[in-house]
Amino acid sequence: MPSFKLSTSLFAILGLVIAFSNCQSKESVEKAQYVANGRKLFATHCQNCHGADGKGLGKLYPPLDDTLFYKEHQDKLACYIKYGIDTTIHVHGIAYNSKMPENPTLTPIDIAYLITYITTEFGNSETKVSVDDVNKQLENCQ
Amino acid sequence: MIRIHFIFSFLVGLSLLACQTEKKKLPIYGNREAEEKVVDGKTIVDTIYHTIPNYEFLNQDSVIITNKVFENKIYISNFFFTHCPTICPTMQRNLLKFYEKYKGDPRIAFLSHSIDFKYDSPSVLKSYANKLGVDSEQWQFVTGDKASIYKMADNYFVYAKEDKNVPGGYDHQGYLVLVDHDKRIRAAYDGTDDEQVQLLFNDVETLLKEYE
Repeated sequence: MPSFKLSTSLFAILGLVIAFSNCQSKESVEKAQYVANGRKLFATHCQNCHGADGKGLGKLYPPLDDTLFYKEHQDKLACYIKYGIDTTIHVHGIAYNSKMPENPTLTPIDIAYLITYITTEFGNSETKVSVDDVNKQLENCQ
Repeated sequence: MIRIHFIFSFLVGLSLLACQTEKKKLPIYGNREAEEKVVDGKTIVDTIYHTIPNYEFLNQDSVIITNKVFENKIYISNFFFTHCPTICPTMQRNLLKFYEKYKGDPRIAFLSHSIDFKYDSPSVLKSYANKLGVDSEQWQFVTGDKASIYKMADNYFVYAKEDKNVPGGYDHQGYLVLVDHDKRIRAAYDGTDDEQVQLLFNDVETLLKEYE
């Protein structure tokens, strides 16, 4: 029964492929959910100053598309969102010194949604930020 | 008989066409009163419209400005404060679109009143204007004492109030109010709503055409 064997192994391979692709899509579905939830929170908490397009407003409020800023401050983003910023920061080499207000009502999962949305939408990030990441960052806020 | 019908409908059609080609005019907002006047021995009835009264405010350059600044100009007015965490950034972002579109155009100007009379001194307003990207007299940022600024908000039909219970400490509406050469209000739209802002762009053009 060589033909039966062949079809069984084909099925097995097909099964593996489907399982693998499911794995991948589960990951990307979860990220898409984070982005969708983050978009809603962004509209409520961030959009007024940073704009729906994330471009900020003049030198009052910085744009959110500086990938280098994200790289250099990736362990502080949760702190910035939760507790605000009252020092001068540099985005695209331009100094911004307007105080960013704190957002005390945001929970760690909200912040994970927000960072995932902002870095994906404006910073071309491909990864999701988890609640664990956020909690770790929040423990070390100065 | 058919011929008469034809001529009649032709005339109706023509008159409709005439209506359409007439220049579109913006409404005049506010209460109006009839006033009787005697001109050349005849009594005529004149309509008195709501107008923005005279004022004296301090601008971002610490110069006192009066409504003479906007003589022979139309202007868009609003009420904000520099550290307003709620509607102001969106409203100012939208007003900035008008400023950028009409930058250097002597027919139009902009007037932002700060309702935070405690914090927004001329130097704070100056720094805010610069950071916003405004570096000309075409957009005035003004401050004044509490009573005169809040009274002025009433004159523009914009709600503004000191309120400790709202973020930032002041409650106010984000209207962009369009004022003509005679200081009459001709349009008012929510400066935080993109669709309404688009309508204001159209109305500004319509109003500018009245003075061509």
